[in-house]
Amino acid sequence: MKLLFTIQGGDFTRAGHPSSEVKKVLKQLDIDGKTIKNIVIALYEAEVNVVAHAWKGTVSVEIEENKITIWVSDEGPGIADIELAMQAGYSTASKEVREMGFGAGMGLPNMKKNTDELHIESEVGIGTKVKMVNYFS
Amino acid sequence: MSGLPNYHALKVDASKCIGCTHCMKACPTEAIRVIDGLAVIDHERCVDCGQCHRSCPTHAFYVEQDDLAKIKAFKYRVILFPSIMIGQFPEKYNETQIYSGLKKVGFTHVFEVEQPIQLLIDSVNEYLGNEENPKPAISTYCPAVVRLIQGRYPSLTENLILRKAPHDLAAHFAIERLLLEGAQREEIGLFYATPCIAKIASVKSPVGERESIVDGIVNMNHLYNEVMKVISEVEVEDNSVQRYNLSEEGILWSLTRGESRHFGSRSIAIDGIHNVVRFLERLENDQVKGVDFLELRACDQSCAGGILLTGNRFLTVEKLERRAKRYPSAKDISESTISVDIDELKQKLDIDSISPKPLFIFGKDRVKAMDKMTRAQRIVCSLPGIDCGACGAPNCHALAEDMVNRRAKMSDCIFLQQMWEDEGKITAGKAHLNVQKKWGTDRFKADCNKRGRRNEGF
Repeated sequence: MKLLFTIQGGDFTRAGHPSSEVKKVLKQLDIDGKTIKNIVIALYEAEVNVVAHAWKGTVSVEIEENKITIWVSDEGPGIADIELAMQAGYSTASKEVREMGFGAGMGLPNMKKNTDELHIESEVGIGTKVKMVNYFS
Repeated sequence: MSGLPNYHALKVDASKCIGCTHCMKACPTEAIRVIDGLAVIDHERCVDCGQCHRSCPTHAFYVEQDDLAKIKAFKYRVILFPSIMIGQFPEKYNETQIYSGLKKVGFTHVFEVEQPIQLLIDSVNEYLGNEENPKPAISTYCPAVVRLIQGRYPSLTENLILRKAPHDLAAHFAIERLLLEGAQREEIGLFYATPCIAKIASVKSPVGERESIVDGIVNMNHLYNEVMKVISEVEVEDNSVQRYNLSEEGILWSLTRGESRHFGSRSIAIDGIHNVVRFLERLENDQVKGVDFLELRACDQSCAGGILLTGNRFLTVEKLERRAKRYPSAKDISESTISVDIDELKQKLDIDSISPKPLFIFGKDRVKAMDKMTRAQRIVCSLPGIDCGACGAPNCHALAEDMVNRRAKMSDCIFLQQMWEDEGKITAGKAHLNVQKKWGTDRFKADCNKRGRRNEGF
């Protein structure tokens, strides 16, 4: 089954909506709590990244019998050095974003930690595409 | 431990229910549907929070209780009640008069449940001190919250603190005291006066227990009325000895922050079931960091807002806060005053385990479940999305889910039906009959005194 959401850059009040909806569906499918938690954490981090850095984005989710695949795509500044961004603590978040309690540089590392597969494609000035896969036990 | 089957004390009086949908909208687990013009509770989903009871404009919800005459079977008749009950009575009656009143009703021993509370404080602190227990630790004090977590947030079940509530503490304490006085166990009848429905369920079928320690349940508003009939207007003999184990902390326990003030370096207290739901959603998403202890209560103003109370919740809180000031701190009550084996009593506060009981799953077969959910999603697209409730389900999404589970049909939606009528797919007569079937013929009669037309329950 498929789910689709849009994310508005800069709107922190709505960050967390897609992850909550996905969680609700996974609970109804009786996926085990730990797997759901990993997926929700990874997706929430991805959402916050879009909100904090990009102008707008979409979350597209496909749930199959044994796995969930999530694509988060945005139109935004892109990531210049993905390897560097994957390091814990590295952040390009603005002062305003940090003051709101975000931008600690843990976004991508947390996504890596909580997914079975993570692919990131990015083009500076155009946007970023993230694909995350989690398998159900 | 599987425990007893879920007991539910909440019932709907078919002669009073008008199927107005207020309860259906208020329910935090979407456990109510209107069928044939009557509210029907799905007992699998119900967590006994009492929101439906509170929101009902016609007082159609009632709560089963045990007959007070049942106490006569016992030689030692103990009434256990939470401190908030004292806060129900008019100011002109002091606690001595209230205690005497309870004896006149027929009880031989009167125990407020929040004693000796220091034992519970120590026990919970000991639990929190164990690094292996997941944080934030969630109090199991409010039974509606426990059931909500088991059903709607099953992954958080492991955060529940495996310690019992004050009424269990008091029940064991009362038994030990009476045994010391020379009573035989079978001569002791324990009766619990409850401020809420969830406590009835938790006393009748305790989470994680094999059998209930209490012999009967009395609704607090009923007991209040009984005491008011016999209470003395003049000073009565001193019975303060019965409150020697009562403390400031004990009296405040059932109020908001009554627990959280004692535990953890960072604790949060939340009251009101819908506030609790919103917070648990966040907690489940791992968006709450660094909190040690959570006190979650289903009722606004915690037990002072219990649905079986007579008094105003804010006045009750104020009265209890004043009363608490007159009592010693729990740690100043010496163990000799408690006078029973403290270690033994403490052991009885442990709960073995609480298991998750997920309520919102679409069946065990994942492929079939996904197919159903996809169909439900597609149906939602055709529904108006205003959650009017005229179909008998609390919102459009719930209706779509009911449809794929074969508990509802497309024509239950009055908007769809209207459209089909316009398109000539259904006759006006048939459409009218459909709505009549759902809501009864009375809904269509002109009646200036029709109940439920406004939010009479609020």
